[in-house]
Amino acid sequence: MQSFITFIQQFINGLSLGSVYALMALGYTMVYGIAKMLNFAHGDIIMVGAYTVSVVCSVLGMSPAVAVAASVVVCTVLGVTIEKIAYKPLRSASPLAVLITAIGVSYFLQSVALLIFGSNAKKVQSVVSLSSIKIANIDLSGVALLIIGVTVLIMICLSLFINCTKVGKAMLAVSEDKGAAELMGINVNATISLTFAIGSALAAVAGVLFVSSYGYVDPYTGALPGIKAFVAAVLGGIGSIPGAMLGGIILGIIESLSKAYISTDLADAIVFGVLIVVLLVKPTGMLGKKKITKV
Amino acid sequence: MKNKKNILYAVIAVVIFAALFALVNLGVLSRQYQGLLVPIGVNVMLAVSLNLIVGFLGELSLGHAGFMSVGAYAGCLFTVHANLPVFVELPLAFIIGGAAAAVFGLIIGIPALRLKGDYLAIVTLGFGEIIRSVFNSLDILGGSGGLKGIDKSSNYIMAYVLAVITILVIANLINSRHGRAIKAIRDNVIAAESVGVNVVYYKILAFVLSAFFAGVAGVLYGHNLAILKPATFDFNKSIEILVMVVLGGMGNIPGSIIAAVILTVLPEAMRSLADYRMLFYAIALIVMMLFSSNPTLVAFRQRVFKKKAKEVK
Amino acid sequence: MKLKRVLALLTAGLMTVGFAGCSNGGSENGDGTESATFKIGGIGPLTGDAASYGTSVKNGAQIAVDEINAAGGANGMQLELIFEDDECDEEKSVNAYNTLMDQGIGALVGATTSGCSIAVSAVSEADGILQITPSGSAADCTKAANAFRICFTDPVQGQTMAQYIIDKGYKNAAIIYDNGDEYSKGIHDAFVAEFKELGGGIAADESFTSGDVDFNTQLTKIKSSGADCIFLPIYYSEVAKITDQGAALGIDLTYFGCDGWDGVIKQLNGDTTNINGATFLTPFVSTDTNEKVQNFVETYKTEYNAEPDQFAADGYDAVYAVKLALEQAGDTSNEALIAAMTQITVDGLTGEMTFNENGEPNKSAKFAVIENGAYTVVE
Repeated sequence: MQSFITFIQQFINGLSLGSVYALMALGYTMVYGIAKMLNFAHGDIIMVGAYTVSVVCSVLGMSPAVAVAASVVVCTVLGVTIEKIAYKPLRSASPLAVLITAIGVSYFLQSVALLIFGSNAKKVQSVVSLSSIKIANIDLSGVALLIIGVTVLIMICLSLFINCTKVGKAMLAVSEDKGAAELMGINVNATISLTFAIGSALAAVAGVLFVSSYGYVDPYTGALPGIKAFVAAVLGGIGSIPGAMLGGIILGIIESLSKAYISTDLADAIVFGVLIVVLLVKPTGMLGKKKITKV
Repeated sequence: MKNKKNILYAVIAVVIFAALFALVNLGVLSRQYQGLLVPIGVNVMLAVSLNLIVGFLGELSLGHAGFMSVGAYAGCLFTVHANLPVFVELPLAFIIGGAAAAVFGLIIGIPALRLKGDYLAIVTLGFGEIIRSVFNSLDILGGSGGLKGIDKSSNYIMAYVLAVITILVIANLINSRHGRAIKAIRDNVIAAESVGVNVVYYKILAFVLSAFFAGVAGVLYGHNLAILKPATFDFNKSIEILVMVVLGGMGNIPGSIIAAVILTVLPEAMRSLADYRMLFYAIALIVMMLFSSNPTLVAFRQRVFKKKAKEVK
Repeated sequence: MKLKRVLALLTAGLMTVGFAGCSNGGSENGDGTESATFKIGGIGPLTGDAASYGTSVKNGAQIAVDEINAAGGANGMQLELIFEDDECDEEKSVNAYNTLMDQGIGALVGATTSGCSIAVSAVSEADGILQITPSGSAADCTKAANAFRICFTDPVQGQTMAQYIIDKGYKNAAIIYDNGDEYSKGIHDAFVAEFKELGGGIAADESFTSGDVDFNTQLTKIKSSGADCIFLPIYYSEVAKITDQGAALGIDLTYFGCDGWDGVIKQLNGDTTNINGATFLTPFVSTDTNEKVQNFVETYKTEYNAEPDQFAADGYDAVYAVKLALEQAGDTSNEALIAAMTQITVDGLTGEMTFNENGEPNKSAKFAVIENGAYTVVE
């Protein structure tokens, strides 16, 4: 019985970790799906969102609601600016060139954060104060439940937005064929900018919930979880919104269970091993669309 | 015609070597730059070998550091335990390191047959992380503390020679029938297959060869530092190599060489900026990418250079 | 065809030259320079994940240099600290060292981390320059004849803590360590061996990878393992995260730590409810009532607007060791400085220490207990 409860607890740990990955992966998949570029700086925008909360709450002493709003505004503006300066001039260049520029942006954000905030991790007071729920000796952390809820909500809203609104459909058209979309009267540049704005706002939400759940932020906070989230997005099928959610959750659960029952040392190796096996069986990820290439 | 070109390259190689030799022995180069010669050689080998996969085969690989680490550990483990004279031990270590990495190149080449684009990139990234994670927990390799007690027996001449060999082999391959087959796969797999190019064979060949040289570069790296740590060969290292390839131009070997040299020297040359070093490095990277890849600027550059070429004629 | 053969011969020829002519490095050291300043080089990570360690060493060392200069210098010479970034990467560390040698340093305080320190001493040994690593704790850091260290070695810490925990009556310890970090793994390995030797049991032996932020899995395992205490041989930033998450899971076992814990109270914003009673081994705590320590902490706070940690204290002491060696030697030659190291006694922030021929410091360990938002030192 005790071991069963432990198993459930570990499963829930995985679920809450996975929901953080899922939330981050949504931003990756959104930008990738439409702009066809890997926004490596996404993890660092999350870091900026987390620092914004820290500054507004701890330094300026304003309420958590203001902090969340400020964080969304700062990240959105930042995301759109980065897109204008660093990505837009390379719109017709090879996707790899944009990838490298994104890495440059990532280094840039990290160095700026390092210069402003220093290298020590800062404790951030949680913007959500939810106590954990206890059911039959199993702890359900309030923040984790909130994150799962928010992630599901965002997933549904995004899906509806993309499939049912005019702007969303324009995004889909751009992702299918930029040239054809332009011919249909869609403003491709504006659509891509909007995609970045939404992606960065998602990063801000992820940043806020990330610090609420782990409590600390440093200039490199976004780096490792960013990569994991990217892996989650690919696992689920990059470009697919429900796929990002599924990929994130599964990644979190695998990581948690392999740490709990196999080896903490080899957990990363197991996670990536599973990823490789999944991709070998299903080369476009779990929910990815299979593209038919015409000759 | 081809022979003339080859002679020209050989002359260039010798002249550069003579210049280096003179610079080092006349004491013109400061210690800082002398110390950079081996890392430059390592990075040139890594960039040129990665270019074979990314530039010529057209597949994105984010696990080059993984190949490098396999080679480095295999070669260095050999020299740590073998205790042979240096001139026997080191060449053997290079071959062992290269071969070990080539085996992993073969293993990674197989998923490459089935996966494309970003999915393959993620598999190579995963491969690199698995290697690192496993090396971290293997005590015979020193674990996270690293493999210690490696002789610091490499020098710039060795690095130069190995880099030249790498460039020669890969450049010759590219200009051969095999190379044209590899480029045909990049441009259109189906078309290549339909004219009888053995796609399986050439994809795996490219991965194996690329991994081999990355492995050799790893051995050189290890013998330059006297310690190997799994943490060095992380995802960022792979990215660093990829940056060199993309900055130099995909499918452009001289470009890779120049980019490798610039990106090795640049962070060191920026040391006087102290705290702002990484910031300026990031800005330089973005600006260089914009200049090398923005279509308008590229067209402008081509116009200017073509004009020059015409004037020379 | 012919050309290929020529090229092959050429490369073979060059290879032999390469293998034969290895040692052409001229080793000029700052012997003859009778200038009024003595340059001390420093190396550590100022950017990247480990930036806080290098920054602390740099700041601590700078305070020592300023103090010494204000008091008239060493042997009438003013000291100058030149600190280079290595991003915690071995290759960059060697580059940093070469840059420092170009600038004519007479002694080296560095590198900050173990791997980098080992890579640097592979080069510095040939130069023969005095190298003192403030915080490189791996055994191999002092292997070279010219290398000394200020901090404890990892095995010593692990063994001391094992003895201490057994003496306190705990029998069944749980551990969480960073398996990507040599320091953490070194202490962990020695601790496990010694603890078992002394009759204790290891209830749960968990690890994580540097950069991880979620420790719920490991803590859940510990919770159901029947452990009676938790040993965390890691740095304070992770300690804060782990103990926070442990409290959220309802774990109230006693924590034990190592010298990387110093700074944890500041990290927790002074709220120590989750770790009351935690004890760690440390040669330095910033709340020590010792006047010297208090002066240092004051200066550090005003200069850098931060609380000094273990690394800062180690950097400070390393500079003082160089100063004393200079005075003892009465000369700036490498040989004299290295010979002087074994004759000096440094009364530093991290205790009174002497150095043996192997480069190891001899100093006594102190334990710090965390009670109600402050450290209390027990000898």
